[in-house]
Amino acid sequence: MSDVVLEIDSVVKRFGDNEVLRGVSLELRTHEVVCLIGASGSGKSTLLRCINLLERIDGGDITLFGQSLGDVRVDPKLVRRQVGIVFQSYNLFPHLSVLDNVILGPVRAQKLDREEAREEALALLERIGLKERAHEFPERLSGGQQQRVAIVRSLAMHPAILLLDEVTSALDPTLVGEVLDLLAELAHQGMTMLIATHEMAFAREVAHEVAYLDKGVLVEKGPPEQIFSAPREEATRVFLSRVH
Amino acid sequence: MTFLGNRGRDDPTAPVTRGVPNLLASRRSQLFTGKRGVAASAISSIVILGAIVALLYVAPGGATVRFTYFNLHDMWQAWQGDPTKGIEAIRDGIVANIWMFLLSEVLVLFLGLMVAWCRITTSPVLFPFRVLATAYTDVFRGVPVLLVVLLVGYGLPALEFGVLSSQSLDVYGVIALTLSYTAYVSEVFRAGIYSIPSSQTHAAQSLGLSNASTMRRVILPQAVRNVIPPLLNDFISLQKDTALVSVLGAVEATRAAQIYASTVFNESGLTVAALFFLVLTIPMTRFTDRLIAKDRGRRLVIAS
Repeated sequence: MSDVVLEIDSVVKRFGDNEVLRGVSLELRTHEVVCLIGASGSGKSTLLRCINLLERIDGGDITLFGQSLGDVRVDPKLVRRQVGIVFQSYNLFPHLSVLDNVILGPVRAQKLDREEAREEALALLERIGLKERAHEFPERLSGGQQQRVAIVRSLAMHPAILLLDEVTSALDPTLVGEVLDLLAELAHQGMTMLIATHEMAFAREVAHEVAYLDKGVLVEKGPPEQIFSAPREEATRVFLSRVH
Repeated sequence: MTFLGNRGRDDPTAPVTRGVPNLLASRRSQLFTGKRGVAASAISSIVILGAIVALLYVAPGGATVRFTYFNLHDMWQAWQGDPTKGIEAIRDGIVANIWMFLLSEVLVLFLGLMVAWCRITTSPVLFPFRVLATAYTDVFRGVPVLLVVLLVGYGLPALEFGVLSSQSLDVYGVIALTLSYTAYVSEVFRAGIYSIPSSQTHAAQSLGLSNASTMRRVILPQAVRNVIPPLLNDFISLQKDTALVSVLGAVEATRAAQIYASTVFNESGLTVAALFFLVLTIPMTRFTDRLIAKDRGRRLVIAS
């Protein structure tokens, strides 16, 4: 087995009295794809946001490349350059063109030469078939196109890990396919990804490991064949029978 | 009752019966559609304007008011001024109004943004600035502009403190207006910044952008677009309030008109000054409307 890059150890997260993560543990290895499944409100998004330091954890520890993210000396900016995140609602910058959305991070955070960033961004956009629309504003694009641009925006930062937070949940059913195809392609190329998703067929096909979260508790995890065909826990079985 | 409306109470399965629904507007509103609408608005405008003008002719004091406020000869004289009689030209006064508000607006834009930034930032180092900025906006939004003009205009020279006390009246006007309006405009900026959803901040941060870059590249460009209309509102207000500097004795349009009035005993100069302020603000409003429309269009249409 390859190296563990991300280790989530008994993580607890509370919003006031509401405990949304109750001691979740999970590991992610290089080139591995782990899918988080579970009902809305089960804590999938919160877990991803904690890894990206958009939320602070209240207990446990998250270790990235062997370094604890709880260490006060850790710079969130540097963590986020290693860990990209893509959101359910794309969150593209509406005042910037598609191209400027993609190069903002490389130019402003990584201080990459503008021309260099531009060329790379255009190459990435070409791969998702949106090079022709590089100079348009995001609002002109369909939801699926916007989400693919958001993924490319993250990729332009060359993250070691990509977190995907229900990236197809806000999409028209006809547009889900193009986004999932892109993710499958990334998985195939060896991108390390942690994916919160409601798309069970996709998880079964792409994931190396599937983890089921319920009310902030990681109920069970295992290879997709096992989780989907022979879940050990009753709760997993009930959940899967509802979504299928 | 079912969710689908008033089905028969005796037989819930009976189909809903309703006739052909009426989709036509009422007769009265039909009168004002299409070309008829344009004609209607033209007629109503003429009637109302006519009524106002008629008032100047029908009212017992109408003739006096027409002579005192709308005398073309005096209006022209006041505009031209008369150096031999010590009457300042409104024409020259206007220049003072214009440079005062232009300079104030630039300063207000910059300082307003700084104050808003101080109030929003969570950096512990900036804590004292945050308290000061909050106290500043509280005070200067609460004190009437006229009083700020008087306090600055008489107070700073009284300090007898070098450059600060040896400025022209116009400069004290600019300082006073800037102090007052920065307080308002900083609140406008703050509201604009808060109007941008936190998901935009998160998206910027997730790209590894620093807080300063996030603000400068992502939040502010969107916030400023959102607040252009209220910002313009404050600027129009600021332009008009340059007239308040006249209380210090600074010769701007209003003051020139007053000098004319007290020398010749005719107030027509005030009408000229009023027209000048109108001529100044109306094009600016239209220009900003176009600017906003253009920006919207640019975002929704293929960029070139």
